[in-house]
Amino acid sequence: MSAMPTTPQPRWMRWVEQRLPIFSFVQHFNEYPTPKNLNYFWNFGSLAGITLVIMIVSGIVLAMHYTPHVDYAFDSVERIRRDVNHGWLLRSMHANGGAMFFIAVYIHVFRGLYYGSYKAPREIVWWMGIIILLLMMATAFMGYVLPWGQMSFWAAKVITNLFSAIPLVGEDITTWLWGGFTVDQPTLNRFYSLHYLLPFIIVGVVVVHIWSLHTVKSGNPLGIDVKSPKDTIPFHPYYTVKDMFGLGVFLLIWSIFVFFAPDFMGHPDNYIPADSQVTPPHIVPEWYFLPFYAILRATPDILFINAKLAGVIAMFGSILLLFFLPWLDSSKVRSANYRPAYRVAFWILVVDCIVLGFCGANPPEGAWLHISRAATAWYFFHFLILVPIIARVETPKPLPFSISEPVVKPAVARA
Amino acid sequence: MADAEAHGHGGETRRDFILLLGNAMAVVGVGALAWPLIDSLSPAADTKAASTTEVDLAPIKAGQRVSVKWRGSPVFIEHRTPETIARAVKDDKVSMPDPQPDAERHQEGKAQWLVMVGVCTHLGCIPLGQNTGDKRGDYGGWFCPCHGSHYDASGRIRKGPAPKNLPVPDYRFVTDTRIVIGEKPKKPAA
Repeated sequence: MSAMPTTPQPRWMRWVEQRLPIFSFVQHFNEYPTPKNLNYFWNFGSLAGITLVIMIVSGIVLAMHYTPHVDYAFDSVERIRRDVNHGWLLRSMHANGGAMFFIAVYIHVFRGLYYGSYKAPREIVWWMGIIILLLMMATAFMGYVLPWGQMSFWAAKVITNLFSAIPLVGEDITTWLWGGFTVDQPTLNRFYSLHYLLPFIIVGVVVVHIWSLHTVKSGNPLGIDVKSPKDTIPFHPYYTVKDMFGLGVFLLIWSIFVFFAPDFMGHPDNYIPADSQVTPPHIVPEWYFLPFYAILRATPDILFINAKLAGVIAMFGSILLLFFLPWLDSSKVRSANYRPAYRVAFWILVVDCIVLGFCGANPPEGAWLHISRAATAWYFFHFLILVPIIARVETPKPLPFSISEPVVKPAVARA
Repeated sequence: MADAEAHGHGGETRRDFILLLGNAMAVVGVGALAWPLIDSLSPAADTKAASTTEVDLAPIKAGQRVSVKWRGSPVFIEHRTPETIARAVKDDKVSMPDPQPDAERHQEGKAQWLVMVGVCTHLGCIPLGQNTGDKRGDYGGWFCPCHGSHYDASGRIRKGPAPKNLPVPDYRFVTDTRIVIGEKPKKPAA
């Protein structure tokens, strides 16, 4: 493609290159051979990455204005909004950025589920992604606690109490997490420390995620392997430009929230300072945790396991089972475009997750409880039973011979 | 690059222009995002709002020195005796690092009130001299123990590494015996 020399020309560059191969590293990213048929669903990885950077940068500055103390935390956040220069913008960017991060990552995950990105040889890429998701959830939860409003406090209380469900040592673990008899100053202080730390751990796992990806190379919507250099184009400029366009759209949507509806995704009760003596009548997590919250509340007693423990197991299990997906789905065909039955199951799962989200937002009573239970059951049925069965019985549609072929000869499809 | 050849004969192409425009907009965008981050580190509105201090001078006896806190730093206030003023004025013509007549160190008609920010102009230590028994330096004013700067009865630097006199803040007499530090004095009507 380009006539760029493999060894950098100027002497100083050669000198640096021999000691630190930074130029060939950059060159690798520029020339990274990428399948030429990627659609816009392949934008969300880089979007998530850029969001992570924006979150870290805005977070570092917010940390300079925030006070992690039960008596001052709430006021310091209000001060950021009212008195700190552009503080309203920073807080709004960061708070809504959390939600935007989850939007990008959830679409990224469902892209992976649809196009079989978890299958060989990309299992480790997938696993690193799940670890990133878990770290993100922990980070987002602890960040939500920091403003020390009513929702913050009771989120901290409820989520830390999840660990009390563990038999025998549960209570001790919860006390250890709190550093006291309940959620209090020690809890807030350590959550602040970890909320600052975890994003950098995420950066580390992202590096491994991308390292592994660049070893096995990117997948593509057809789900077939790259056959020849004709099937690829260099990442730069083709996908840098496409990613930048996607970023522009993504930032516009983010900006709508930041500038016109900064509290759209928040909850009014979090503008009441934390009160350890009064629980708000209806507590809900942020929208991105609602499906998991629904699973937690929907699970009844199962055999000898009480509902409390069963709910916690189900909630964590709903993510942990994704680790086994490469084996649960034994179909060799990656893309759902060529898997008629799996494709239907996929879209039902998407609807199921959205239904779970609505269940999580409503009190676990009456019809909502029944819907929650049905949707939870379907979630596990999908991954543990339906997907393995479909993989065995489904007849996939014939795959194209190569990535270039359907473009060059659209009418001819070779089986 | 092959695509550049396809577009022009060595001249600028539409693509070059779009690329340049795109990069320029990206730089503007990053700058627009960086500015709020940088500006947020400047003093916030509540910090600025707390930036004046009102002081009642009536209880300060002649010859007495008092420190008040203004914008986080001490302000030295001295009710100077006529002897001290005379000593300060006498040195007006002497060579010193930051020459300034005593008349410029106090407000007009208020020679007895010396008001200065008590932060050494060398590296920010608080000079001694406010408390009885403090070392006052070779010129009977203030002495900075960190690096040995001597200030005179007018707060002017006379000896040592400090480059400037102790700064006189903006202050305004609200009444004859009350001042607000941090506000500019009212200009007498012309």
